[in-house]
Amino acid sequence: MEPIILTFDVNGDDFSVAGEASSAVKKHLKQLGFPPDLIRRVAIAMYEGEINMVIHADGGVATAEINETGVKITLADRGPGIKDVNLAMQEGYSTAPEEVRNLGFGAGMGLPNIKKYSDDLKIETELGVGTTLTIQINM
Amino acid sequence: MTVHELAAACGFEYYNGKDLDAREVGGAYCCDLLSWVIGRAEEDAALVTVMSNPNVMAVAVMADLPCVILSEGVRPDTLALEKAVQNEIIVLSSQEPTYETALKIHQALESKK
Repeated sequence: MEPIILTFDVNGDDFSVAGEASSAVKKHLKQLGFPPDLIRRVAIAMYEGEINMVIHADGGVATAEINETGVKITLADRGPGIKDVNLAMQEGYSTAPEEVRNLGFGAGMGLPNIKKYSDDLKIETELGVGTTLTIQINM
Repeated sequence: MTVHELAAACGFEYYNGKDLDAREVGGAYCCDLLSWVIGRAEEDAALVTVMSNPNVMAVAVMADLPCVILSEGVRPDTLALEKAVQNEIIVLSSQEPTYETALKIHQALESKK
């Protein structure tokens, strides 16, 4: 199949609607007949990344590249960058503000969850410039 | 046991989804931290929580959970309910605390075995 590329602007203003890009990709994969396990892994990893973009970076751009071998998700933001990636990868470490924690997020599980459900996770980050996550999920 | 059978067995009421096709429930996952839920809940787990915001519904969709059960008589907020309707998520209400709600679910599932 020809690769399908879906691109979304992730709105950083409204936490309550976060997840629209992940939801759209999930629907697309269902229509294309991808296996439920792959769809679930893509949805979870992408949603966690999308939530992070809203919490920490005031939004950004999410891209999903779909082909017969799997899905590559790219999440690019112009946020503050991640100071210590190793620390951010540890379960339970979080810099999320109190209001986000009150909504049930900010438990320090976002990046670990993405790693758990993906086959490959690449984090490129520069302080004051932004962060790009590249997540590969294979069939 | 389907979500509808579980609701009937446990006396849960519906906020949404009484007429929707129900999936099978194999257990429950009780948690209010949504990143734990999305990372750990099994696909056939009913989510029992007191969180009632729209993000709960988004997590239920992403993690493919068969239903959301709001314990302690918590009501979903308007946006959460809209999201549940839009995404066809069955949302149930339990008047009891999370622990007692989970016990009821366990007993109902065991009685079906």
